[in-house]
Amino acid sequence: MRTGLIARKEGMTRVFDEDGRHVPVTVLKIDECQVVSVRSEEKDGYVAVQLGAGKAKTNRTSKANRGHFAKAKVEPKKKLAEFRVSNENILEVGAELGPNHFVKGQYVDVTATSIGKGFAGAMKRHNFGGMRATHGVSISHRAHGSTGQCQDPGRVFKGKKMAGQMGNERVTTQSLEVVGIDLEYNLVLIKGAVPGPDSGWVYINDAVKKARHEEAPLPAGLKITEEDLAKARAERDAADAAALAEKEAGEKAAAEEAEAALAKKAEEAKEAAAAEAEKPKAEEKPAEEPKAEDEKKD
Amino acid sequence: MNTVQKFEAKQLEKLQETKQVPSFGAGDTVKVNVRVKEGTRERIQAYEGVCISREGGGINENFTVRKISAGEGVERVFPLWSSRIDSIELVRRGSVRRAKLYYLRDLRGKKARISERTTGHDIEAREAKPKKESKKAKAKSADKKADDAPKADKPAKKTAAKKTAAKKDKPDKK
Repeated sequence: MRTGLIARKEGMTRVFDEDGRHVPVTVLKIDECQVVSVRSEEKDGYVAVQLGAGKAKTNRTSKANRGHFAKAKVEPKKKLAEFRVSNENILEVGAELGPNHFVKGQYVDVTATSIGKGFAGAMKRHNFGGMRATHGVSISHRAHGSTGQCQDPGRVFKGKKMAGQMGNERVTTQSLEVVGIDLEYNLVLIKGAVPGPDSGWVYINDAVKKARHEEAPLPAGLKITEEDLAKARAERDAADAAALAEKEAGEKAAAEEAEAALAKKAEEAKEAAAAEAEKPKAEEKPAEEPKAEDEKKD
Repeated sequence: MNTVQKFEAKQLEKLQETKQVPSFGAGDTVKVNVRVKEGTRERIQAYEGVCISREGGGINENFTVRKISAGEGVERVFPLWSSRIDSIELVRRGSVRRAKLYYLRDLRGKKARISERTTGHDIEAREAKPKKESKKAKAKSADKKADDAPKADKPAKKTAAKKTAAKKDKPDKK
């Protein structure tokens, strides 16, 4: 089991896939997501990593938390959360995770606190149909109607759908596809909607109902800094350049051969042309005539 | 700019590198070359009509093209930056006074015409003229060349005609 990530929901937009179809995506930002502490079997009875994300002002952080962050030698974080991991996927305290923790095409579960709707009626909360607008209905057009039977049960069954608090609860949306990642702005793009408001905190985990993606990094995707990216790019470019140079060299050789062949042909053609040019002059006729004759005969 | 806007701007920049979209708006007649997939084969299908609206901005921009197909009005909404659109050609600029031409849906035949716009934004008369002249000049020079060429060909043809005549004679003799 790998760790998940703490992310901030930035909003929704669209991207175009290879076929030109537009895909609605939610943009989640991984903002300074670091390991703050590690829970171990011996000490805590379970194995997990505690991640922190965001940047909190030191003077707004409680003294206890300041001590906690100081121990881990990380900047104060706005959000802290624990993720259960298996023994082999424990991370070092202070390690920073990046969007490359997830790979394009893998599936994730996203957990967040949904947008609160307050005390909502049965129509809004449970999609009840409500009552009629006329035909003798008075004052109770949006009421839920009967809540049960008669004296026999003599009570309302538990779990009966009624009006009450809607939203503002922990919601997990399962098996959402990762459409892509962006290393420049540290974004994870997830197909479709994700619970919670914009700029709310969300937890992204590998999907429990899908097999782990083969390319997903183990134990976790540590953040790639821009320097690393530049290095990797430089290496790639160098490799490309080398390949290009080889190719060019090969092409050059081929081109030279071809040119030599062409030159030979051209010389031969010149000689032939010269020989031919002498003939028509002697006959005092335009050079085109014999050719035209040939064409007609064909 | 928030993160989403930044991300959109970046995407748009990438798309603009690979694709060029002419400046057009409501009232203009455009030809949209759409990539159509049939099984494994891909071909390009042209869809020509009047652009009746452009909406959205940046990467989310769409435009609606209306045409009369077999006596029935047809409207298609295209995402401006979709890679399914191979290219967009501006066929004719129209003179209209509205950004959305939804009133065309209620009009038929002559009333649904849009007169051509010859002045205004995006039309630079100064630039257009020298271009035309240069084209004419090119055409003239081309004509000259064309005039020259047949002269050279003609004698050859005549001789060829003679030859064919000679050929025809031969089998008779045989």
